[in-house]
Amino acid sequence: MPSQKSILRLISFFAGFVWLAMLGSSYLYRFGLLHYATSDTYLFASKSLLLLFIVTIYFFYRFNIGRQESLNIIDLLWNVFVTGLIATVVSLASTLLLTVLKDQEHGRNPYFLDTLYQINVGLIITFLIATFMVWKRFILYQKSKWLVRTWNTFEYGLLGSAILFFIDFKIFTGIGLVISGLLAVLGIILSANLKWVAYLNYKQKWKSILLIILIALYIGYFYTILSNYGQDHGYTPIYSVLDVITVNELYFFAMIYSIFSVLVILFNLPTSSVFEQKLIEVINFQKLSQSRNSGQSEGQIFDILLESSVSVAVANAAWLDIMDAEGVCTKTLFFKLDERAKNDILKSIETKKKRGIQSQVPGRGSKENRFTAEVKHDIHKSIFIVPLFIQDQQIASMALLKDVKDGFSKEMIEIIRTFINQASISIENYRLMVEAIVNERYKEELKIAKRVQDSLIPKMLHTNEDLEISAFSKAAAEVGGDYFDTYKMADQRLALIVGDVSGKGTSAAFHMSQMKGVFQSLVQMNLSAREFIIKANNALSGSLDRTSFITATYINIDSKKKRIEFSRAGHCPSLYYSAKEKKVRYLEDNGLGLGILRDSQFNDFVDVNEIEYSSGDILFLYTDGITEAKNSKNEEFGYDRLKLFLEKHVFYSAEYIKDEVLKTLHEFCECSNLGDDVTALIVKVK
Amino acid sequence: MVEIKNTLNNDVYTISVIGEVDASSSIHLDESLSEATSKYKKIMVNCEQLEYISSAGLGVFMSYINDLEEKGIKLVIYGLSKKVHHVFQILGLDQLLKITEDEEGARGIIDGI
Repeated sequence: MPSQKSILRLISFFAGFVWLAMLGSSYLYRFGLLHYATSDTYLFASKSLLLLFIVTIYFFYRFNIGRQESLNIIDLLWNVFVTGLIATVVSLASTLLLTVLKDQEHGRNPYFLDTLYQINVGLIITFLIATFMVWKRFILYQKSKWLVRTWNTFEYGLLGSAILFFIDFKIFTGIGLVISGLLAVLGIILSANLKWVAYLNYKQKWKSILLIILIALYIGYFYTILSNYGQDHGYTPIYSVLDVITVNELYFFAMIYSIFSVLVILFNLPTSSVFEQKLIEVINFQKLSQSRNSGQSEGQIFDILLESSVSVAVANAAWLDIMDAEGVCTKTLFFKLDERAKNDILKSIETKKKRGIQSQVPGRGSKENRFTAEVKHDIHKSIFIVPLFIQDQQIASMALLKDVKDGFSKEMIEIIRTFINQASISIENYRLMVEAIVNERYKEELKIAKRVQDSLIPKMLHTNEDLEISAFSKAAAEVGGDYFDTYKMADQRLALIVGDVSGKGTSAAFHMSQMKGVFQSLVQMNLSAREFIIKANNALSGSLDRTSFITATYINIDSKKKRIEFSRAGHCPSLYYSAKEKKVRYLEDNGLGLGILRDSQFNDFVDVNEIEYSSGDILFLYTDGITEAKNSKNEEFGYDRLKLFLEKHVFYSAEYIKDEVLKTLHEFCECSNLGDDVTALIVKVK
Repeated sequence: MVEIKNTLNNDVYTISVIGEVDASSSIHLDESLSEATSKYKKIMVNCEQLEYISSAGLGVFMSYINDLEEKGIKLVIYGLSKKVHHVFQILGLDQLLKITEDEEGARGIIDGI
């Protein structure tokens, strides 16, 4: 498919060619006329070529104007105007040339006169068809089936009537008269379609009037040019273009539509401001409802509301009080007003002439705060105050002022009310969205906290040749308060800790990270279990909040001496399996949770114990999430079941015991979430 | 959920803790203890109907240990179930707080026998 541009170029080239052929044939006819007798063949050829020219130009504009997607009225008029201007200038130049050469030999040369005539004909036809096609666009601006059908009849009628050109009677006789009359009537009927005028704004209307008047002047001028051509010079063209009904009709139609357009635009001028006002209302309403979707901030919505209301009410000044949750005004937006003027106006409201406006929504805005009133003020004479509500809570109050009494019509108030409703919905939506975003952010923060906490739990456990160690820790929520850690000291010594922070969730997680810091610092000082617990209590006493404490069991394993030294700081007693005795027991020594006594009194409660270990012994450290895990009958897993569990698993590896304890717990609870943080650390002597 | 009942008999203030004390309900226990320790010198905490106490609840008791000593307040907890008592024991609170089996024992301590 060739592009539109290349088609246009091709058509215009063809039109030029047809025009030249037309000129050529008219020369030949003229030659015959001068030297022999009349030669009808050339006349016929010339006439045919003229019609071909008309059709070619028609197709040119059909492609050019007819195909444009958007309709820019002023641009189209401007195009026609420019085409007319060029044609006029050329036509005037040719007239001038004729006048200058009137008395000379060349000026009377019939070939020269023919040439000028054909130039005029070409340009004028081009202009007429351009006008015709633009008027067509205007008429079909808002199409209906009937309109399109009428128009097509008109257009085909115009083209068809051209045939009559070949039949040798004058247009104002017989069939020609009837046909041109019918076409003229159709043209007038079609000229009543002027809907496009309504879509022009005030300024565009003035522009259009000017352009159309000029176009009409061209049309008139061209008509006189063609009808009187060469009369002063005793020149008779080989045929008159005006004999073509089509050209005549084009003249008539173009003129009629121009006149109609100018008149309609003129009559529309006074009401155009009203129409524009309505358009603004629609646009404002759209803005408000769009702001709801695009999530504009409250401030922006208030701005749009004030702006829209002012323009709809044509208010001279306005303000908008924005209120907080307690109904106290926090900010005021002003339009052509300041704080002092606002206070003056509020004082000068004539309470006697206050007219409340009943709200349509019961409970929202009593008569008291939605009213119009008269104002005793130099400039402002009437006021309209309206509140904004979100779920029975007033969030704003808007006041509009006018410099005339009773300035607010019922219709205006209704429109502003719809604006207010729309704005309320927008703001409510905005608030809900903000809330959702905040919640989403908290979730994100918790995820981050979880990642950070996961990094505090050791991935690799320190061990030595004597021992196998396995551990797990699972928080019930995103973050938890359980803690375990290992550290390898010099001389085959190993430090282990399992801790549990009181409380749950975020606060527990913070204290847990403190515990990690304390452990990592103290453990490097190569302390005994007793010293470690005392120093840890000391360190934590300053930083734990009033009701928080941490329970912990601290273990020192010396693989050289094959000894385990341990101290229990209020933590649930560890389980110990002695391979020699073939017995599992709880290491129930005394001890106090860290942070319970925050002074040296604590030292009196520290208990340390030692065990000599041998191959096959198991140390099972855990947190109360295991013993307090509940099943559907609200029974706790408890100490006895835990002891029984270990007794059954003494011959397994630490890793296997770890997996089994989780499995056993889930089986007991018949659920995947245990409801509490769960930690276990298993040490098995090889 | 927890229910807390406060009664004053002569100069002995009794706080009855009923139900479960967990992280959220421990606030009520804290409020009650805070009021009691600011006004009275003889306080009994009746835990006969205390079914469960979480670490946060224990933390509340713990946080008054210093206050009791400084202000010379006698506070006795009585009626702990075996399970709840074990929780106190593990944490070591039984070494710091006066805990008796029943009201009679508690009264004995309060009256300074």
